[in-house]
Amino acid sequence: MAESKITLEQVRHVALLARLELSPQDEERLRADMDEMLAYVDKLNELDTKSVAPTTQVGEAGTPMRDDEVTNRPAADAMLANAPSRDRNYFKVPKIIE
Amino acid sequence: MNREAYEAVIGLEVHTHLLTRSKLFCGCSTTFGAGPNENVCPICMGMPGVLPVLNRRVVELAIRTGLAAHCTIAPYSIFDRKSYFYPDLPKGYQISQYETPICKGGYLDLPPTENGDTRRIGLTRIHIEEDAGKNIHGESASLVDFNRSGVPLIEIVSEPDLRSAEDAGAYLRQLRAILRYVDASDGKMEEGSFRCDCNVSVRKRGATEYGVRTEIKNLNSFRFVEDAIEYEVDRQIAIVESGGKVAQETHLWDPTRKETRPMRSKEYANDYRYFPEPDLPPLVVPAEMVEKVRESMPELPADRKARYVREGLTEYEAGVLIADRDVADYFEATLPGLKNRKGAANWVMTEVLRVARESDKPFVEGVPPATEVGALLTMVEAQKISLNAAKTAFAAMVNSGKTAEATIAELGLAQVSDESAIAAAIDKVLAAEPDKLAEYRAGRDKLFGFFVGAVMKAMGGKANPKVINEILRAKLAG
Amino acid sequence: MASELNKLTIAEASAKLHAREITATQLTRDCLDRIAAAEPKLHAFLTVCEKEAVEQARAADARLAGGNAPALCGIPLGIKDIYATKGVRTTCASRILENFVPPFDATVIERLRADGAIFVGKTNMDEFAMGSSTENSAFGATTNPHDTARVAGGSSGGSAAAVAAHECLGSLGTDTGGSIREPASFCGVVGIKPTYSRVSRYGVIAFASSLDQVGPFTKSVRDAAILLRTLAGKDTRDSTCSARPVPDYELGLTGDVKGLRIGVPREYFVEGMQPEVEKSVRAALKNYESLGASTVEISMPHTGYAIAAYYLLATAEASANLARYDGIRYGLRVNSEDHIALYETTRAQGFGPEVKRRIMLGTFALSAGYYDAYYLKAQKVRTLIRNDFERAFEKCDLIVTPVAPTTAFKIGEKMNDPLTMYLSDIFTISVNLAGLPGMAIPCGHDSNNLPIGMQLIAPPFAEEAILRAGDAFERTGAFKPRTPAV
Repeated sequence: MAESKITLEQVRHVALLARLELSPQDEERLRADMDEMLAYVDKLNELDTKSVAPTTQVGEAGTPMRDDEVTNRPAADAMLANAPSRDRNYFKVPKIIE
Repeated sequence: MNREAYEAVIGLEVHTHLLTRSKLFCGCSTTFGAGPNENVCPICMGMPGVLPVLNRRVVELAIRTGLAAHCTIAPYSIFDRKSYFYPDLPKGYQISQYETPICKGGYLDLPPTENGDTRRIGLTRIHIEEDAGKNIHGESASLVDFNRSGVPLIEIVSEPDLRSAEDAGAYLRQLRAILRYVDASDGKMEEGSFRCDCNVSVRKRGATEYGVRTEIKNLNSFRFVEDAIEYEVDRQIAIVESGGKVAQETHLWDPTRKETRPMRSKEYANDYRYFPEPDLPPLVVPAEMVEKVRESMPELPADRKARYVREGLTEYEAGVLIADRDVADYFEATLPGLKNRKGAANWVMTEVLRVARESDKPFVEGVPPATEVGALLTMVEAQKISLNAAKTAFAAMVNSGKTAEATIAELGLAQVSDESAIAAAIDKVLAAEPDKLAEYRAGRDKLFGFFVGAVMKAMGGKANPKVINEILRAKLAG
Repeated sequence: MASELNKLTIAEASAKLHAREITATQLTRDCLDRIAAAEPKLHAFLTVCEKEAVEQARAADARLAGGNAPALCGIPLGIKDIYATKGVRTTCASRILENFVPPFDATVIERLRADGAIFVGKTNMDEFAMGSSTENSAFGATTNPHDTARVAGGSSGGSAAAVAAHECLGSLGTDTGGSIREPASFCGVVGIKPTYSRVSRYGVIAFASSLDQVGPFTKSVRDAAILLRTLAGKDTRDSTCSARPVPDYELGLTGDVKGLRIGVPREYFVEGMQPEVEKSVRAALKNYESLGASTVEISMPHTGYAIAAYYLLATAEASANLARYDGIRYGLRVNSEDHIALYETTRAQGFGPEVKRRIMLGTFALSAGYYDAYYLKAQKVRTLIRNDFERAFEKCDLIVTPVAPTTAFKIGEKMNDPLTMYLSDIFTISVNLAGLPGMAIPCGHDSNNLPIGMQLIAPPFAEEAILRAGDAFERTGAFKPRTPAV
C-alpha cells in the first residue's frame, strides 16, 4: 500500500489552525480525502521548476494608491446590524482570557 | 547570582502608528478617542467581498522613517497575509510584509554617555502593516471595538545589539525622537501608538552563539520595558546558573507583581502561514519617489544639532536641546526678536527643563508658552527687568497661565532704570554709610559691591544694576 | 395568450423598450411569472426580489419615457448570490451567511443599478463558489432546465439555469476555475469570463483572489458584449483592477473572421471525453474554416498539471479568504463558552463538507514545512502554464477547445469522490491560472438533447476578438438552441 501522505495527527493540527471542530468520522473522512488529493498533486514533482519564477498575480504591474483623506462617516448601527451579539456599540464575545 | 559572568542580548521590535488622517487600506478616520465602532467601514471590519487600497501617505512616512534611520529603501516590496484567529482581527489575517519589507538595514546612534562613548544600534528592517481592533474585557464577556482595526503601523526591528535595560531605554527614546522629528509618529506610548516587544536572551560573557530567547510582548511604557528586561535577564541567568534550560516562550509583563509570565500557548500557535497578498500588487517605490520624500522631510535631529552649533551653541548645548523635538521647537519659538541666542538656550536648558521634569504633564503642557518666555527674555535684553525678576516671573507663570507682561506688572517686577531715582537712592546710601565710604576712598575697593547691594536693597531689588554701577562709579570717582 | 417577453434577448428587449413597444414593468412581470412557475422544478433562485424588481421596473419605465436611457435600462437580470447587494440577503449559498444583509453594493451591482437594470433575484450556487455542479449549495441543488435529473453545472449553476429557462434575460456569475463556462456549456447559454482584472472584484465574496472573475450569462454573444461593456473598467476600490480603457464591445461584432488563426490544442482532445462533445467542437471548427478562418494544431504541454496547481493555489487563498467567517461580526454564531470553541463550532456547523475540505487542504498547503513543496511549487507550475499560452498565441489569435469533457451529468453522480468532480474542470482551469479571457458558447447537442459548449480563449484583454468570433459563429445559424424541458 502506498505511503500515506497525511496522518490523523496532522489532520488534527490543520483543523486547529483552521479553527474547525471535527468529529472522529469527519477526521477520518478528511484524512482520506486529503490523502487522495495530496497523492494527486504529487504529479507536480514531475516538473523541474528550479529556475522557474513563481506567479503570485496575473494582473498588471504598478501600485494603485489613494490619497490620505477621510472619506467614511460614522455609521455604527449599519456596521453592527449583522452582529450576532451586541452590547451597545460593541460586538460581544465570550470572555477572552489572556 | 554572578551577573558579571553573563551578557544580556536584547533586540526590540517597535510598532508605531503613523500620523495619517485615514487608515491604511480604507477611508476611515484614525482619530483616537472616537466612540466604539464609529471609525469603521466594511473594509476595516472584514466584511465579505471587500478589498484593500493602499494609503500613499503611509508609504511616504515609512520611507521618511527609513531615510532617517539610514535604511535602504526597497524599490520593490511585497505585502503578505499573516493568518491567525483572534476576535480583534476581522479578516482572520493581518496584511503585513514578510520576506520583502519596504526598508532594510539601517542604524541608530545612541546619545553619548558621560564619558563620551557612542554606540551604534543596527536595525534589521522596517515594514508596513495594519493594526487590529481592541478587546475590552468585562466580567462575563469581552467587547470588541474595531476603530483601531486597519490603522497603519510600521514595525521597526532592531538587531540584537542592545546589552542592557538602560541601552533599551536609550534606544527607545532615540527612536521615538526620530519618529517625532520626521512627523511619522507622535510616539505616545500611553495612547498605544508606540508599542514595544522585547526579545531577551543571555549568554556567557565572551560566547559568540546566542542563547534561547524569550519574547516579552506589548510593553507600553519605557519604564515597563526597562523593568521587564532587568527581571527577565535575571530570571534567565538564574535558570542557566542552576543548570537548567531557558524555554523559548512568549511572556507578558505584569507591572503590579513586577514579573514576567508565559502567555497561553494555544492562542499563539505560531504558524502564521505567510503568503503574498493577492489583493495588492507589489509595492513599487521608484527612486524619484524616494527623492521627493527626502526633499520634503522635516529637519533630522543630527542636522538640527549641526545647525545650532553653526549658529553659535556648543555641541553640548545643542545636544541637550535636540534630544526632544518639542524642546528644540520650543527653544526656536523663544528666539524671534532676541539677540542673545545662547541666553535663550541656557534658559530653556535650566529653567524650562527643570519645571518640565517636575511636572508630570507632557512637555508642552507643563511649561509656560515659548512665546511668553521669549517675551521675558526680550524684556531682560531691553533691560526692562533683571534676570532674577525674570526667574521669579517665570515661576509664577508656570501655573498661572498669564502672559509675561501681565505677570511682570502684577508682581511689580519691572526694573527701574530711571537715573534720577537711582541717583537719589545712591545718595541716600552713601549718606547713611559715611564710615564705609571713607574706607572705600582709602582703598577698600571691595566695598563697591556692598554699596551696590545696599542700593539694590533700598530699591526693593528692582534697580537696573548696570545703571547703579555707572552712576555709583561716577559719584565715587567724583 | 400570455406575453412571453421573458424569452427575448437583451438586445431585442432593449430595442423594444426604447421604442416603447413594451414596458419594463411588463417585461419584469413576465420574468417573475416564469420564475414562480419554473422554480419548484429548477431551484435556480435563493432569493426572489419581487417587490424590489417591480419598483426598479417602475423607475426604469420613467427613465425610458424620458429618452436617452442606457441600453440595460429595464432589463431583468439574475445575480449570483456571491455579489453584495445592499439591503438584500447575500448568502453565498452557505449556512454561515444565511441571514447576512450587506450594507453596501458590489461595484458591478452599482454599475448595473446606474444603468437602470432590474434585479429579479439572487441565484443559487455552490457554497462559496466551490464546486462544479451547484450540488454543494447548502440550500439544495439547481437542476438543469434541459433535464431536471441532471446538474446545471457550477459553481454558477443558478445563474446559468435561470437564463436558459428564460427566468431572466441575463445574469451574473463568477468564474474561478470554470464556474461560468462549465454551467453555460451544460445549460446551453453563452457565458464569458473576462481577462483577470478586467472587471472589479469589489463586493464579490472572495473564493480565490488571484483567480476569481466577474462575468455574465446571456442568450447571445451580442448580449454578452452589451453587459460586459457596463461591467468592465477601472475601479479605485479594487487594487488589482485594470485601468485599461473599455472598448464598446458591441461595435466590434462585425461578423468577420477572415484570416483568424484558430489554435487547437492536442491536449484538450483526450481519451475519456464524451465522443459527441469532440464531434460537436470539431464541427464548429469546420464551420469557422468555411468563414475564412484557419486552424492550426498547437500544444499546451503543461495542461495535465493545471488541476493539481489550481487545487493548491485556490484552496490556499480560500483558506485565508474564509477565515473571516468566525461568528463575531456577522453571520452564523454558535454560542460557546470561550471564543476558540465559538470559532470551531460556528465554522464546523456553518460550512459544508466541500468548503471544509478545501479549507483544510489550503491551510495544509501553506503550513510550516509544506509551503515550498505545495504552495510555492504550484505557483511555479502556474508560470509554466502561462508560458504555454504565451507561446501558443505566437501561432494563433484564438484557441478553441471543448468546455467540459462531458455534457451535464446526473445529480449525485460525482458526489462520492471529490477528485472525480475536480477533474471535470480540466479544460477551463488553465485559463484562470493564466488570467486569460474565455467564453463558452453553445455549439451542439448530444443524443440526450443536452447542450454542448465550445470554449474560445484569447490573449489578455482580447475580449473583442472572442466576442467577434463567437458572434460570427452564432450568425451562421449552425447551432439552434432547443427549448428547455422546464
